[in-house]
Amino acid sequence: MIKMAQLFEMNPNHRLLENKVVATLFFEPSTRTRLSFETAANRLGARVIGFTDPKATSSSKGETLKDTIMMVSNYADIIVMRHYLEGAARYASEIAPVPIVNAGDGANQHPSQTMLDLYSIYKTQGTLENLNIYLVGDLKYGRTVHSLLMAMRHFNPTFHFIAPDELRMPEEYKLYCKQHNIKYIEHTDFTEEVIADADILYMTRVQRERFTDLMEYERVKNVYILRNKMLDNTRPNLRILHPLPRVNEIAYDVDDNPKAYYFQQAQNGLYAREAILCDVLGITLEDVKNILNYE
Amino acid sequence: MNENSKLELQVAALENGTVIDHIPSDKLFTVVQLLGLEHMTTNITIGFNLDSKKLGKKGIIKIADKYFCDDEINRISVVAPHVKLNIIRDYKVVEKKEVKMPDDLHGIVKCANPKCITNNEPMPTLFHVIDKDNCIMKCHYCEKELKREELAII
Repeated sequence: MIKMAQLFEMNPNHRLLENKVVATLFFEPSTRTRLSFETAANRLGARVIGFTDPKATSSSKGETLKDTIMMVSNYADIIVMRHYLEGAARYASEIAPVPIVNAGDGANQHPSQTMLDLYSIYKTQGTLENLNIYLVGDLKYGRTVHSLLMAMRHFNPTFHFIAPDELRMPEEYKLYCKQHNIKYIEHTDFTEEVIADADILYMTRVQRERFTDLMEYERVKNVYILRNKMLDNTRPNLRILHPLPRVNEIAYDVDDNPKAYYFQQAQNGLYAREAILCDVLGITLEDVKNILNYE
Repeated sequence: MNENSKLELQVAALENGTVIDHIPSDKLFTVVQLLGLEHMTTNITIGFNLDSKKLGKKGIIKIADKYFCDDEINRISVVAPHVKLNIIRDYKVVEKKEVKMPDDLHGIVKCANPKCITNNEPMPTLFHVIDKDNCIMKCHYCEKELKREELAII
Protein backbone atom coordinates (compact mmCIF):
# COMPACT_ATOMS: atom_id res chain seq x y z
CA MET A 1 0.00 0.00 0.00
CA ILE A 2 2.94 2.31 0.68
CA LYS A 3 4.15 1.71 -2.88
CA MET A 4 0.68 2.52 -4.17
CA ALA A 5 0.60 5.73 -2.12
CA GLN A 6 3.92 6.68 -3.73
CA LEU A 7 2.39 6.36 -7.19
CA PHE A 8 -0.54 8.55 -6.14
CA GLU A 9 1.88 11.13 -4.82
CA MET A 10 3.53 11.35 -8.25
CA ASN A 11 0.13 11.87 -9.79
CA PRO A 12 -2.91 11.90 -7.53
CA ASN A 13 -5.53 12.15 -10.31
CA HIS A 14 -6.62 8.88 -11.93
CA ARG A 15 -10.07 7.82 -12.96
CA LEU A 16 -9.65 4.42 -11.31
CA LEU A 17 -12.94 4.68 -9.43
CA GLU A 18 -15.00 6.20 -12.22
CA ASN A 19 -18.66 5.15 -11.93
CA LYS A 20 -18.17 4.23 -8.30
CA VAL A 21 -20.03 5.87 -5.44
CA VAL A 22 -18.20 6.33 -2.13
CA ALA A 23 -20.35 6.97 0.96
CA THR A 24 -18.76 8.86 3.85
CA LEU A 25 -20.81 8.32 7.00
CA PHE A 26 -19.56 10.47 9.85
CA PHE A 27 -21.53 9.66 12.98
CA GLU A 28 -19.02 11.87 14.77
CA PRO A 29 -17.58 15.01 13.19
CA SER A 30 -13.98 14.84 12.00
CA THR A 31 -13.33 17.48 9.41
CA ARG A 32 -9.76 16.56 8.55
CA THR A 33 -10.36 12.85 8.08
CA ARG A 34 -13.56 13.41 6.11
CA LEU A 35 -12.09 16.00 3.76
CA SER A 36 -9.09 13.79 3.20
CA PHE A 37 -11.20 10.73 2.30
CA GLU A 38 -13.57 12.77 0.14
CA THR A 39 -10.67 14.40 -1.71
CA ALA A 40 -9.12 10.97 -2.24
CA ALA A 41 -12.40 9.68 -3.69
CA ASN A 42 -12.83 12.72 -5.92
CA ARG A 43 -9.28 12.53 -7.27
CA LEU A 44 -9.90 8.90 -8.19
CA GLY A 45 -12.97 9.92 -10.16
CA ALA A 46 -15.58 8.54 -7.75
CA ARG A 47 -18.71 10.36 -6.67
CA VAL A 48 -19.27 10.99 -2.98
CA ILE A 49 -22.44 10.83 -0.91
CA GLY A 50 -22.78 10.91 2.86
CA PHE A 51 -23.37 12.93 5.96
CA THR A 52 -21.15 14.91 8.27
CA ASP A 53 -23.55 15.40 11.11
CA PRO A 54 -25.63 12.51 12.42
CA LYS A 55 -28.10 14.96 13.97
CA ALA A 56 -29.49 15.50 10.49
CA THR A 57 -29.95 11.77 9.82
CA SER A 58 -32.28 9.02 10.92
CA SER A 59 -29.83 7.75 13.54
CA SER A 60 -31.09 10.69 15.59
CA LYS A 61 -34.59 9.23 15.17
CA GLY A 62 -33.39 6.02 16.77
CA GLU A 63 -32.43 4.06 13.65
CA THR A 64 -29.90 1.34 14.42
CA LEU A 65 -26.45 1.35 12.88
CA LYS A 66 -27.37 -1.86 11.07
CA ASP A 67 -30.34 -0.26 9.34
CA THR A 68 -28.33 2.80 8.30
CA ILE A 69 -25.54 0.61 6.91
CA MET A 70 -27.95 -1.71 5.06
CA MET A 71 -29.73 1.26 3.50
CA VAL A 72 -26.55 3.01 2.36
CA SER A 73 -25.15 -0.29 1.02
CA ASN A 74 -27.95 -0.18 -1.54
CA TYR A 75 -26.57 3.05 -2.94
CA ALA A 76 -22.79 3.01 -2.52
CA ASP A 77 -19.96 0.72 -3.65
CA ILE A 78 -17.92 1.37 -0.52
CA ILE A 79 -18.61 2.96 2.86
CA VAL A 80 -16.12 5.06 4.79
CA MET A 81 -17.35 5.47 8.34
CA ARG A 82 -16.39 7.27 11.49
CA HIS A 83 -18.28 6.36 14.65
CA TYR A 84 -18.09 7.36 18.32
CA LEU A 85 -18.70 3.76 19.45
CA GLU A 86 -15.88 1.24 19.61
CA GLY A 87 -16.22 -1.75 17.31
CA ALA A 88 -18.84 -0.03 15.13
CA ALA A 89 -16.82 -0.42 11.93
CA ARG A 90 -16.10 -4.11 12.55
CA TYR A 91 -19.79 -4.77 13.14
CA ALA A 92 -20.71 -2.81 10.01
CA SER A 93 -18.21 -4.86 7.98
CA GLU A 94 -19.90 -8.06 9.14
CA ILE A 95 -23.37 -7.02 8.04
CA ALA A 96 -22.72 -4.89 4.96
CA PRO A 97 -22.55 -6.39 1.47
CA VAL A 98 -20.09 -3.64 0.45
CA PRO A 99 -16.59 -2.99 1.86
CA ILE A 100 -16.29 -0.80 4.97
CA VAL A 101 -13.34 1.48 5.67
CA ASN A 102 -12.85 2.39 9.33
CA ALA A 103 -12.18 6.12 9.60
CA GLY A 104 -11.99 5.87 13.39
CA ASP A 105 -14.16 4.08 15.96
CA GLY A 106 -14.14 5.80 19.33
CA ALA A 107 -10.95 5.21 21.28
CA ASN A 108 -10.37 1.91 19.49
CA GLN A 109 -8.68 2.32 16.10
CA HIS A 110 -7.89 4.82 13.40
CA PRO A 111 -6.08 2.73 10.81
CA SER A 112 -5.89 5.30 8.01
CA GLN A 113 -4.00 7.64 10.37
CA THR A 114 -1.54 4.83 11.06
CA MET A 115 -1.14 4.24 7.32
CA LEU A 116 -0.29 7.88 6.68
CA ASP A 117 2.09 7.94 9.66
CA LEU A 118 3.92 4.91 8.28
CA TYR A 119 4.00 6.45 4.83
CA SER A 120 5.36 9.73 6.25
CA ILE A 121 8.09 7.90 8.16
CA TYR A 122 9.02 5.81 5.12
CA LYS A 123 9.08 8.82 2.86
CA THR A 124 11.21 11.03 5.10
CA GLN A 125 13.65 8.38 6.29
CA GLY A 126 13.79 6.21 3.17
CA THR A 127 13.13 3.15 5.33
CA LEU A 128 11.00 1.92 8.21
CA GLU A 129 13.85 -0.17 9.67
CA ASN A 130 15.97 0.52 12.78
CA LEU A 131 14.68 4.02 13.55
CA ASN A 132 14.75 5.97 16.81
CA ILE A 133 11.17 7.08 17.33
CA TYR A 134 10.33 9.53 20.11
CA LEU A 135 6.70 9.73 21.21
CA VAL A 136 5.91 12.87 23.19
CA GLY A 137 2.95 14.11 25.23
CA ASP A 138 -0.20 12.14 25.98
CA LEU A 139 0.91 8.54 25.68
CA LYS A 140 -1.86 7.23 27.91
CA TYR A 141 -4.93 8.08 25.85
CA GLY A 142 -3.27 8.82 22.48
CA ARG A 143 -4.79 6.33 20.09
CA THR A 144 -2.40 7.28 17.28
CA VAL A 145 0.73 6.55 19.30
CA HIS A 146 -0.57 3.13 20.37
CA SER A 147 -1.41 2.16 16.79
CA LEU A 148 1.94 3.43 15.55
CA LEU A 149 3.78 1.46 18.22
CA MET A 150 2.04 -1.75 17.15
CA ALA A 151 2.43 -1.07 13.44
CA MET A 152 6.21 -0.55 13.80
CA ARG A 153 6.81 -3.91 15.49
CA HIS A 154 8.16 -5.58 12.34
CA PHE A 155 10.79 -2.90 11.75
CA ASN A 156 13.08 -3.08 14.80
CA PRO A 157 12.49 0.42 16.12
CA THR A 158 13.80 1.94 19.37
CA PHE A 159 11.06 3.90 21.07
CA HIS A 160 11.49 6.72 23.55
CA PHE A 161 8.38 7.56 25.56
CA ILE A 162 8.36 11.14 26.81
CA ALA A 163 5.36 11.95 29.00
CA PRO A 164 4.31 13.32 32.38
CA ASP A 165 3.65 10.67 35.03
CA GLU A 166 -0.12 10.98 34.69
CA LEU A 167 -0.01 10.32 30.94
CA ARG A 168 2.65 7.61 30.78
CA MET A 169 2.53 4.79 28.27
CA PRO A 170 0.10 2.21 29.74
CA GLU A 171 1.53 -1.04 31.09
CA GLU A 172 -0.26 -3.12 28.45
CA TYR A 173 1.71 -1.43 25.66
CA LYS A 174 4.99 -1.76 27.53
CA LEU A 175 4.17 -5.44 27.92
CA TYR A 176 3.45 -5.56 24.19
CA CYS A 177 6.92 -4.09 23.53
CA LYS A 178 8.55 -6.73 25.73
CA GLN A 179 6.64 -9.55 24.05
CA HIS A 180 7.70 -8.32 20.60
CA ASN A 181 11.28 -7.43 21.55
CA ILE A 182 10.73 -3.74 20.90
CA LYS A 183 13.30 -1.60 22.73
CA TYR A 184 11.96 1.36 24.68
CA ILE A 185 13.21 3.98 27.11
CA GLU A 186 10.96 6.16 29.27
CA HIS A 187 11.64 9.83 30.05
CA THR A 188 9.77 12.51 31.92
CA ASP A 189 12.11 15.33 30.81
CA PHE A 190 11.65 16.82 27.37
CA THR A 191 14.92 18.60 26.59
CA GLU A 192 17.35 19.14 23.73
CA GLU A 193 19.65 16.45 25.20
CA VAL A 194 16.91 13.84 25.40
CA ILE A 195 15.95 14.18 21.73
CA ALA A 196 19.49 14.41 20.30
CA ASP A 197 19.35 10.96 18.63
CA ALA A 198 15.80 11.10 17.33
CA ASP A 199 14.92 10.21 13.73
CA ILE A 200 11.21 10.83 14.27
CA LEU A 201 9.69 13.09 16.90
CA TYR A 202 6.00 12.30 17.16
CA MET A 203 4.25 15.05 19.12
CA THR A 204 0.77 14.78 20.64
CA ARG A 205 -1.48 17.14 22.53
CA VAL A 206 -1.52 17.20 26.33
CA GLN A 207 -5.17 17.89 27.10
CA ARG A 208 -6.29 19.59 30.29
CA GLU A 209 -9.34 17.34 30.68
CA ARG A 210 -7.12 14.25 30.90
CA PHE A 211 -5.78 15.30 34.31
CA THR A 212 -7.39 14.35 37.59
CA ASP A 213 -4.98 16.66 39.37
CA LEU A 214 -5.10 20.14 37.86
CA MET A 215 -2.04 21.23 39.86
CA GLU A 216 -0.17 18.53 38.00
CA TYR A 217 -1.50 19.88 34.70
CA GLU A 218 -0.34 23.41 35.53
CA ARG A 219 3.05 22.03 36.41
CA VAL A 220 3.58 20.04 33.20
CA LYS A 221 1.62 21.97 30.58
CA ASN A 222 4.65 23.96 29.44
CA VAL A 223 7.14 21.11 29.76
CA TYR A 224 6.03 19.19 26.68
CA ILE A 225 6.25 22.04 24.21
CA LEU A 226 8.66 21.75 21.31
CA ARG A 227 10.49 25.00 20.56
CA ASN A 228 12.69 25.76 17.59
CA LYS A 229 15.86 26.27 19.62
CA MET A 230 15.59 22.69 20.93
CA LEU A 231 16.21 21.46 17.38
CA ASP A 232 19.67 23.01 16.87
CA ASN A 233 21.66 19.90 17.72
CA THR A 234 19.26 17.27 16.50
CA ARG A 235 20.01 14.87 13.65
CA PRO A 236 19.74 16.32 10.12
CA ASN A 237 17.28 13.57 9.11
CA LEU A 238 14.97 14.30 12.06
CA ARG A 239 11.37 14.98 11.11
CA ILE A 240 8.61 16.19 13.41
CA LEU A 241 5.20 14.55 13.08
CA HIS A 242 1.90 15.44 14.72
CA PRO A 243 -1.55 13.97 13.98
CA LEU A 244 -3.08 17.50 14.28
CA PRO A 245 -4.89 19.52 15.47
CA ARG A 246 -2.12 21.09 17.52
CA VAL A 247 -2.81 23.64 20.19
CA ASN A 248 0.41 24.85 21.74
CA GLU A 249 2.59 21.74 21.96
CA ILE A 250 4.61 22.81 18.92
CA ALA A 251 5.65 26.47 19.07
CA TYR A 252 4.88 28.38 15.87
CA ASP A 253 8.56 29.17 15.34
CA VAL A 254 9.07 25.47 14.54
CA ASP A 255 6.84 25.68 11.45
CA ASP A 256 9.57 27.25 9.30
CA ASN A 257 12.19 24.73 10.33
CA PRO A 258 12.78 22.22 7.51
CA LYS A 259 12.48 19.45 10.11
CA ALA A 260 8.82 20.31 10.67
CA TYR A 261 6.77 17.80 8.69
CA TYR A 262 3.24 17.81 10.14
CA PHE A 263 1.55 19.66 7.29
CA GLN A 264 3.11 17.41 4.65
CA GLN A 265 2.14 14.49 6.88
CA ALA A 266 -1.50 15.56 6.59
CA GLN A 267 -1.06 15.82 2.83
CA ASN A 268 0.33 12.28 2.77
CA GLY A 269 -2.99 11.29 4.26
CA LEU A 270 -4.56 11.95 0.89
CA TYR A 271 -2.24 9.54 -0.95
CA ALA A 272 -2.53 6.93 1.79
CA ARG A 273 -6.33 7.15 1.62
CA GLU A 274 -6.35 6.90 -2.17
CA ALA A 275 -4.36 3.68 -1.73
CA ILE A 276 -6.77 2.44 0.96
CA LEU A 277 -9.85 3.04 -1.22
CA CYS A 278 -8.25 1.23 -4.15
CA ASP A 279 -7.00 -1.67 -2.07
CA VAL A 280 -10.39 -2.21 -0.45
CA LEU A 281 -12.08 -2.20 -3.87
CA GLY A 282 -9.67 -4.85 -5.13
CA ILE A 283 -7.49 -2.58 -7.27
CA THR A 284 -3.88 -3.79 -7.10
CA LEU A 285 -0.55 -2.01 -7.39
CA GLU A 286 -0.26 -3.53 -10.89
CA ASP A 287 -3.59 -2.01 -11.90
CA VAL A 288 -2.41 1.40 -10.74
CA LYS A 289 0.89 1.02 -12.61
CA ASN A 290 -0.94 -0.04 -15.76
CA ILE A 291 -3.24 2.93 -15.75
CA LEU A 292 -0.26 5.24 -15.15
CA ASN A 293 1.45 3.84 -18.26
CA TYR A 294 -1.76 4.02 -20.24
CA GLU A 295 -2.39 7.63 -19.28
CA MET B 1 -28.33 -41.18 56.56
CA ASN B 2 -27.63 -37.46 56.18
CA GLU B 3 -29.26 -35.14 53.62
CA ASN B 4 -26.33 -35.30 51.26
CA SER B 5 -26.18 -39.04 50.84
CA LYS B 6 -29.94 -39.09 50.40
CA LEU B 7 -29.45 -36.73 47.53
CA GLU B 8 -26.72 -38.91 46.07
CA LEU B 9 -29.17 -41.76 46.26
CA GLN B 10 -31.63 -39.69 44.29
CA VAL B 11 -28.93 -38.91 41.74
CA ALA B 12 -28.19 -42.57 41.31
CA ALA B 13 -31.88 -43.12 40.92
CA LEU B 14 -32.04 -40.98 37.78
CA GLU B 15 -32.84 -43.32 34.93
CA ASN B 16 -31.61 -41.22 32.05
CA GLY B 17 -30.22 -37.69 31.99
CA THR B 18 -27.46 -35.40 33.22
CA VAL B 19 -26.19 -34.57 36.68
CA ILE B 20 -24.20 -31.36 37.03
CA ASP B 21 -22.19 -31.43 40.23
CA HIS B 22 -19.69 -29.24 42.11
CA ILE B 23 -21.31 -25.95 41.19
CA PRO B 24 -20.24 -23.19 43.60
CA SER B 25 -23.42 -22.26 45.49
CA ASP B 26 -23.28 -18.59 44.53
CA LYS B 27 -23.16 -19.54 40.83
CA LEU B 28 -25.96 -22.09 40.90
CA PHE B 29 -28.74 -19.85 39.64
CA THR B 30 -26.52 -18.29 36.98
CA VAL B 31 -25.86 -21.82 35.70
CA VAL B 32 -29.61 -22.50 35.74
CA GLN B 33 -30.13 -19.37 33.67
CA LEU B 34 -27.25 -20.09 31.25
CA LEU B 35 -28.62 -23.53 30.48
CA GLY B 36 -32.14 -22.15 30.07
CA LEU B 37 -33.52 -24.70 32.55
CA GLU B 38 -36.52 -22.52 33.36
CA HIS B 39 -37.83 -23.18 29.85
CA MET B 40 -37.53 -26.96 30.09
CA THR B 41 -40.41 -29.30 30.76
CA THR B 42 -38.55 -32.38 31.99
CA ASN B 43 -38.12 -33.37 35.63
CA ILE B 44 -35.37 -31.23 37.17
CA THR B 45 -34.01 -31.28 40.71
CA ILE B 46 -31.93 -28.36 41.91
CA GLY B 47 -29.93 -28.70 45.12
CA PHE B 48 -28.69 -25.49 46.74
CA ASN B 49 -26.25 -24.95 49.62
CA LEU B 50 -25.40 -28.63 50.03
CA ASP B 51 -22.33 -29.50 52.10
CA SER B 52 -19.22 -30.15 50.07
CA LYS B 53 -15.72 -31.10 51.26
CA LYS B 54 -14.13 -29.29 48.34
CA LEU B 55 -16.26 -26.17 48.05
CA GLY B 56 -17.82 -25.77 51.50
CA LYS B 57 -21.24 -25.24 49.99
CA LYS B 58 -22.18 -26.48 46.57
CA GLY B 59 -25.03 -26.70 44.17
CA ILE B 60 -26.17 -29.69 42.13
CA ILE B 61 -28.58 -29.98 39.21
CA LYS B 62 -30.18 -33.16 38.02
CA ILE B 63 -31.99 -33.11 34.70
CA ALA B 64 -33.98 -36.09 33.52
CA ASP B 65 -33.99 -37.15 29.85
CA LYS B 66 -31.67 -34.41 28.70
CA TYR B 67 -28.16 -34.57 27.24
CA PHE B 68 -26.34 -31.36 26.45
CA CYS B 69 -24.01 -30.85 23.53
CA ASP B 70 -20.53 -29.53 24.36
CA ASP B 71 -21.36 -26.05 23.09
CA GLU B 72 -24.30 -25.76 25.44
CA ILE B 73 -22.46 -27.08 28.45
CA ASN B 74 -19.21 -25.19 27.94
CA ARG B 75 -21.11 -21.93 28.31
CA ILE B 76 -21.17 -22.48 32.05
CA SER B 77 -17.36 -22.61 32.25
CA VAL B 78 -17.43 -18.81 32.25
CA VAL B 79 -19.02 -18.72 35.71
CA ALA B 80 -18.09 -22.15 37.06
CA PRO B 81 -14.91 -23.51 35.45
CA HIS B 82 -14.57 -26.74 37.48
CA VAL B 83 -18.07 -28.14 37.20
CA LYS B 84 -18.40 -31.91 36.71
CA LEU B 85 -21.02 -33.67 34.63
CA ASN B 86 -22.29 -37.19 34.96
CA ILE B 87 -24.12 -38.63 32.00
CA ILE B 88 -26.64 -41.22 33.19
CA ARG B 89 -28.12 -43.95 31.02
CA ASP B 90 -30.21 -46.74 32.44
CA TYR B 91 -29.37 -45.74 36.07
CA LYS B 92 -25.62 -45.93 35.40
CA VAL B 93 -23.01 -43.17 35.07
CA VAL B 94 -21.81 -43.88 31.53
CA GLU B 95 -19.61 -40.80 31.15
CA LYS B 96 -17.98 -38.17 33.37
CA LYS B 97 -17.05 -34.84 31.89
CA GLU B 98 -15.46 -31.63 33.09
CA VAL B 99 -16.54 -28.42 31.40
CA LYS B 100 -14.00 -26.76 29.13
CA MET B 101 -13.61 -23.08 28.44
CA PRO B 102 -14.44 -22.60 24.74
CA ASP B 103 -12.27 -20.50 22.38
CA ASP B 104 -15.14 -18.13 21.61
CA LEU B 105 -18.20 -17.07 23.59
CA HIS B 106 -21.23 -16.10 21.53
CA GLY B 107 -23.95 -14.02 23.17
CA ILE B 108 -23.15 -15.04 26.75
CA VAL B 109 -21.00 -12.31 28.25
CA LYS B 110 -21.75 -8.60 28.28
CA CYS B 111 -18.95 -6.21 27.34
CA ALA B 112 -17.87 -4.00 30.26
CA ASN B 113 -17.09 -1.07 27.96
CA PRO B 114 -20.13 1.24 27.83
CA LYS B 115 -18.84 2.70 24.55
CA CYS B 116 -18.70 -0.72 22.87
CA ILE B 117 -21.04 -1.11 19.90
CA THR B 118 -22.49 -4.29 21.46
CA ASN B 119 -23.93 -2.24 24.34
CA ASN B 120 -25.60 0.22 21.98
CA GLU B 121 -26.96 -1.86 19.14
CA PRO B 122 -29.36 -4.84 19.19
CA MET B 123 -26.73 -7.47 18.37
CA PRO B 124 -25.13 -10.53 19.99
CA THR B 125 -21.77 -10.16 21.72
CA LEU B 126 -18.69 -12.18 20.78
CA PHE B 127 -15.63 -12.72 22.94
CA HIS B 128 -12.37 -14.52 22.19
CA VAL B 129 -10.89 -16.30 25.21
CA ILE B 130 -7.20 -15.41 25.36
CA ASP B 131 -6.27 -16.98 28.72
CA LYS B 132 -8.35 -20.01 29.69
CA ASP B 133 -6.70 -20.54 33.08
CA ASN B 134 -7.27 -16.99 34.27
CA CYS B 135 -10.49 -16.50 32.31
CA ILE B 136 -9.36 -13.42 30.39
CA MET B 137 -11.25 -12.63 27.21
CA LYS B 138 -11.23 -9.97 24.53
CA CYS B 139 -14.25 -8.34 22.93
CA HIS B 140 -14.35 -9.09 19.20
CA TYR B 141 -15.70 -5.60 18.54
CA CYS B 142 -14.14 -2.98 20.82
CA GLU B 143 -11.05 -5.15 21.54
CA LYS B 144 -11.13 -4.42 25.27
CA GLU B 145 -9.92 -7.20 27.56
CA LEU B 146 -12.22 -8.48 30.25
CA LYS B 147 -11.09 -10.19 33.46
CA ARG B 148 -13.07 -12.73 35.45
CA GLU B 149 -14.13 -10.18 38.08
CA GLU B 150 -15.56 -7.87 35.39
CA LEU B 151 -17.67 -10.59 33.83
CA ALA B 152 -21.39 -10.03 33.52
CA ILE B 153 -23.73 -12.56 31.98
CA ILE B 154 -26.36 -11.34 29.54
